Amino acid sequence: MPLVFAGVVSHGPGITGRYERADKELREALYENFYRLGAELKEARPDVLIVVAAEHFANFFMDNMPAYAMGMAEYYEGPIEDEQWLGIKRRKIPGNAQLSGLIVEKLLQRFDLAYSQEWQFDHGIMVPLNFLTPDYDVPIIPVNINCQGPPLTPLARAYDFGRELGRICAALPERIAIVGTGGISHWPATPDSGKINESWDREFLEHWLSNDRAALTAYSDEETYLAAGQGGFEIRTFIAVSGATEGCTGELYFYAPIPIFAVGCTVARVKLTL
Amino acid sequence: MSLYYVQKLLYQLNRDPHTRSRYETDIDSLLTDYDLDEEESAAIRRPDIGLLYVMGVNGQLLMHYAALHGFEWDEYIGAMRAALKEHGSVRAGLYGSVDSESKF
Repeated sequence: MPLVFAGVVSHGPGITGRYERADKELREALYENFYRLGAELKEARPDVLIVVAAEHFANFFMDNMPAYAMGMAEYYEGPIEDEQWLGIKRRKIPGNAQLSGLIVEKLLQRFDLAYSQEWQFDHGIMVPLNFLTPDYDVPIIPVNINCQGPPLTPLARAYDFGRELGRICAALPERIAIVGTGGISHWPATPDSGKINESWDREFLEHWLSNDRAALTAYSDEETYLAAGQGGFEIRTFIAVSGATEGCTGELYFYAPIPIFAVGCTVARVKLTL
Repeated sequence: MSLYYVQKLLYQLNRDPHTRSRYETDIDSLLTDYDLDEEESAAIRRPDIGLLYVMGVNGQLLMHYAALHGFEWDEYIGAMRAALKEHGSVRAGLYGSVDSESKF
């Protein structure tokens, strides 16, 4: 059946790891919208949640970097980071190996993605799950798009990957939800940490909310890096969700630059009309 | 310069308890597994977080190495900023690409 839920969120580790240092009002508004999205996800009664993430050299490194990878394990573990540093306790997270395998097989007809039967989630997945499925009771199928080590997959390819993923999910009987997590502009873990290009973010979000494929995929990596930092490469995860929900517009629940979280914190949902 | 192997060592330290244990008990033996020059080995041993940043180590790897050595967040950011003043701009890797010819 068509996707039952789709959205995008930020995942900066500061959101949970340095929460006490943020402006209280902004932080609470962000958390409230994270939990709102989580409540709506729960109402959609998903059998699995696909998380399209941009991990940070936790499982995939430059010795053998896949442009796209999908988890295919019975369970995952995370966070890989120090529990206290991230503010999230380490645990097992259920997967769905059988359904992952089926989706991988179908994706391989058009995309040469990698699969992984062992995957330690980093903050890129753990921070979203901490709010969206705090009981860790929804099986997760992780997807990684390399957004860290260039060369990177083209943006149009990320859109088309999402479109193919959405098409495959629609033909399956399971109730499948999808959440993309990344960007938008940020300079994570560098001396410029805390810098956020709000106008660039808002323009990108306009394109995302209107699911404007041409505008979403028109950025070059060079201009993204210069205007939006290395973290800007992670727009691929948002774009993949746009591809999976082509023809649908979105609703912005929350956007605010929160420098100590090192990112323009974003929570948005796709209004599904698939 | 072997930025790749400096980063590989930090990647493995971050994710692998066995590598971490070797790092703590026998760093000499561990470092021989990686193709590092003298400056790199010295920066890892000190550890000189700021210099590692200037060498081009990605922050997504470096911030965990800093945390492993007890750096608080502001201390970590401060170490990188101080090193930029001391050593000049980032020499290699993604962050070094801004001042050089486009790598994209």
